[in-house]
Amino acid sequence: MVQVTLWGSLRDYTGGENMLQVEGETLFQILQNLGRDHPKLKPLLEKGVTISLDGQIYRQNLMQSVKPDSEVFILPKMQGG
Amino acid sequence: MPLETEFPQDYEKRDFDVVGSRAVRPDGVDKVTGRARFGADAVAPGMLHGKILRSPHAHAKIVKIDASKAEALDGVKAVVTRDDFPIHEPAAEDRFLRDILVNVMAREKALYDGHAVAAVAATDPRVAARALKLIEVEYEVLPHVVDEDLAMAPDAPVLHDDLGHEYGGGKPSNVAGTVEIGHGDVEAGFAAADVIVERSFKTGAAHQGYIEPHACLANIGADGRGELWCCTQGHFMVRDTVTQLLGMEVSNLRVTPSEIGGGFGGKTTVFIEPVAVALSRKAGKPVKIVMSRDEVFRATGPTASASLTVKIGAKKDGTITAADAVLKYQGGAFPGSPVDMGAMAAFACYELENVRAVGYDVVTNRPKQAAYRAPGAPMAAFAVESVVTEVADEIGMDPIDFRLKNAARDGSKSSYGPTYTEIGLVETLEAAKATEHYNSPLGPDQGRGVASGFWFNFGGQTAVSLNVNVDGTIALSLGTPDIGGSRASMCAMAAEELGVAYEDVYAVIADTASLGFNDVTDGSRVTFASGLATIQAARQAKQRMCERAAKIWGIPADAVKWEGGAAHPSGPNAGDHKPMTLKDIAAMAGETGGPIAGHHEISAEGAGPSFATHIVDAQIDRETGRIDVVRYTVVQDAGKAVNPAYVEGQFQGGAAQGIGWALNEEYIYNDKGQLENPGFLDYRVPVASDLPMIETVIVEKPNPGHPYGVRGVGETSIVPPMGAIANAVSAAARVRATEIPMSPPRMLKLLRDSEQAAQAAE
Repeated sequence: MVQVTLWGSLRDYTGGENMLQVEGETLFQILQNLGRDHPKLKPLLEKGVTISLDGQIYRQNLMQSVKPDSEVFILPKMQGG
Repeated sequence: MPLETEFPQDYEKRDFDVVGSRAVRPDGVDKVTGRARFGADAVAPGMLHGKILRSPHAHAKIVKIDASKAEALDGVKAVVTRDDFPIHEPAAEDRFLRDILVNVMAREKALYDGHAVAAVAATDPRVAARALKLIEVEYEVLPHVVDEDLAMAPDAPVLHDDLGHEYGGGKPSNVAGTVEIGHGDVEAGFAAADVIVERSFKTGAAHQGYIEPHACLANIGADGRGELWCCTQGHFMVRDTVTQLLGMEVSNLRVTPSEIGGGFGGKTTVFIEPVAVALSRKAGKPVKIVMSRDEVFRATGPTASASLTVKIGAKKDGTITAADAVLKYQGGAFPGSPVDMGAMAAFACYELENVRAVGYDVVTNRPKQAAYRAPGAPMAAFAVESVVTEVADEIGMDPIDFRLKNAARDGSKSSYGPTYTEIGLVETLEAAKATEHYNSPLGPDQGRGVASGFWFNFGGQTAVSLNVNVDGTIALSLGTPDIGGSRASMCAMAAEELGVAYEDVYAVIADTASLGFNDVTDGSRVTFASGLATIQAARQAKQRMCERAAKIWGIPADAVKWEGGAAHPSGPNAGDHKPMTLKDIAAMAGETGGPIAGHHEISAEGAGPSFATHIVDAQIDRETGRIDVVRYTVVQDAGKAVNPAYVEGQFQGGAAQGIGWALNEEYIYNDKGQLENPGFLDYRVPVASDLPMIETVIVEKPNPGHPYGVRGVGETSIVPPMGAIANAVSAAARVRATEIPMSPPRMLKLLRDSEQAAQAAE
C-alpha cells in the first residue's frame, strides 16, 4: 500500500479524505485502483491529472515504479504555454 | 528516487565543446531575408480564400442562419455553418473537445463578441467578404457578463445550462469548477502571526500579442484525404484535434507547420484550422484563411483576467506563519481557465507550514482563453508578491532577505504538496541581492521592487530522428515547432554528442507523417524534452557508427569507442587501427550496411522546476500617472544554458511581456460586451522605445533529471514581472497599486484618491 495525497477539493469525492492508502506498484496501477476504490473520482482521473512521485512531476509516463514509502501526490492536470 | 528511463537521464557534470556557446540560430538568415515561410505564405493552385462571419453580440441565441444569398453569389464555392460541424463521437464523449468545436463554430448561442457563426470560401478575398454580408443571421440578444466577480453574483446572466450546479446550489451558474490546494492549519498560522496583511487585486486579460496572426491552408481531396499547412505550436495536436472534430481518420490529414511568428501559448489550440478543412472538403478545393488582427483579438485566446485576495501572516523575525489566497479566474465562454495552475503556483516560492489557495474557474462572455506563458501563475504571483513585500515592509526587513528567510529550498515541501528535489530559488535571490542594480541609488519619483516566480516545467511526448548524411553532415528531424530558438539548441546538443561542428547539423521541423507524435511546444519543454530525445538519437547513431567501424576493422563492436567525433579501437584486443571519423564512416555507409541514423521516442519526465527573481526600478509622473520602467534585471535558474544568448532572449521576452501586462495591456469592453480595442493601436504592447535594456543574470543549478542539467526557461520569466513592477510602482507612488494594468488613468486616480484620503486624515 502506498499513501497517496489528493489535492484539497478532491476530498468531496472520497468521503472527506485527502490522504488515502492505495495498492499499486506503478503510477498506472495507483490511478486504476484509486478509481476502483473511489468511483466518484474515476471520471476526474480519466479526464487527466498530474502525478508527483518523490518530487518529480509526471504528466504522462505512468509506468514508473512506486514503492511503499514513495511520496505520491495527485494534482490537477497541468498545461503550459 | 531516480527516474526510471530506458537510458541514463541523470545529470553528469562534464565539460562542453558546443553547448554553452552563443551559436547563431540556423533559421536566422531565412528570417531576416524574408525567405522563411510563415502561415500566410502558403499558396496552392486553384486556391480559394476563406473568411469567417462573427457575432456582433456578446451573448445571443442564434435563431436562424440563412446563407442562400451568399451561396448564390458568383465566386462563392462553399459556405459552412453549425450544420456542417456535427458532433462526432470523440466530441460527444469529451466536454473539452466539444467546447473547442463550439468555439470554432457557434451552435445554439453566440457566446462572445467575435464568436464564429458562418464561413465562406470564394475565389477572391473581396468576394468572400461580400458574401459574409449576404448571410442573414437572426439573433435574440441575451444579457451578458464579462467580469469574473459579476459573473459569480447570484443574479448574473448564466452562459451554460449544464454548468456550475454545485456553486449555484443546484441551479446552473458561471462557476465551472473549484480547486483547493494547501496543507497545515491556516487559521492557527494567522493566530500565531505578529503581522497580517490582506489585500484584494484585479488583473486584466492580456493577449499573447504574437506578431503573426493565425493562418492556414487546407487542401482536402475528393477521397477525404488531405493536407493542412498552418502556424501552430503543435501540428500533431492540430492533426488530432481537427480529425476528431470533423470525423476524419488521423492518417487522412498531414499537417505541416510553418515558421511561427510568436505563440507564447496562444497557438496551442485550434481556431480557424477546422473551418478551413471543412470549407475545403465542401468546395473540393484548397482554402486559405488568414485572420485579421481584429479577429485575433476578438476570437482567439487571451489569458484569463482575475480577481484575487491574498492574506499573509508573519512573525516579527520574518517567518511566515500562514498564507491564504482566493483566486477567481474568468477564462472566457468555456470552462478551463488556468486557475488550477494559479492555485498551485501562488505560494510555490515559499516553504510554508500553513498554506491554502482556493480557486474558482469562471465563465463569462469573452473569447475562450488560451494558454499564455506559465498559464495562471503570473496573476497569482502578482498578488502574492505584492503582499509578501508589504509584509516585509511592515516588519522592516529587506524584501530579498524576507524572501530568503522563507524561500523554498532543496527538500522543502512545496506549497502545492510535493517535496522539491534540487531547485535554484535561493541562488536567484542571492544573485539578485549581489547585483549592482540592487545596490544602486534611485532617482526622484522612483521606486524599486523585487519579486520571485516559479514554473513547473514539463516534458511530454517527443520523437526525434537524426540522419547521418553521406558527406558527414547531420540532418535532424524534430516534431516541436521552434518558437524560441530551439533548433539552435538541438543542433548544439547533437553536435556535442557526436563531436562534430555545430554548423554540420541542420534541423528541420518535420510534418506529422514523418515522425512519431510530438506534444505541442508548451510548458517550457522543448529544450528539455526534444533535447533528451536528440541526445539519445545521437548516442544511438554513435553506437551504430562504432558497429560499422568494428565491421571494417573486423573486431567486436564493444572494442570500439566514440571520442572526439571519431571511432577509436579500444581495449587490449582491439588491435591497432587508425581512428575513423564520422565523415569516413558516413562515406562508407552503403558498403557497411546502409544509411546510418539514430532516433528516439520518449514520454519525457523530470523537467525540473525553474525559479526567478526580478528587480525593477519604476518612475512615476505624478501629474499624468504615467509609469516608466527605468531599469530591469532578470535573475533566473536555467539549469544549464544550452545557448546563453537565447536563454537571455527568453528572460528579456518574458520581462517585456510582463511589463506590457503590468502597465498597459487589457481588453476593454463597452456596455454591450463588445471589445473596443481589437488592434495594436489601442491595445498597446510595449515597443523597444518603451523599455530599458533588460539586464540578465543566468543562474545554473543543474536539473538532476537531464544529462546536461537543462531546465526549461521559456515561462518562468513572465511570472515575477507584475509583482516586481507593482512593488516598484507602489514604492514610487507611495500608495499600493492593486489593479493591473497600472495605466496612466488608473494610476492618476490612485494618486488622487490617496492624496484626498491623506488630506481627509489631517
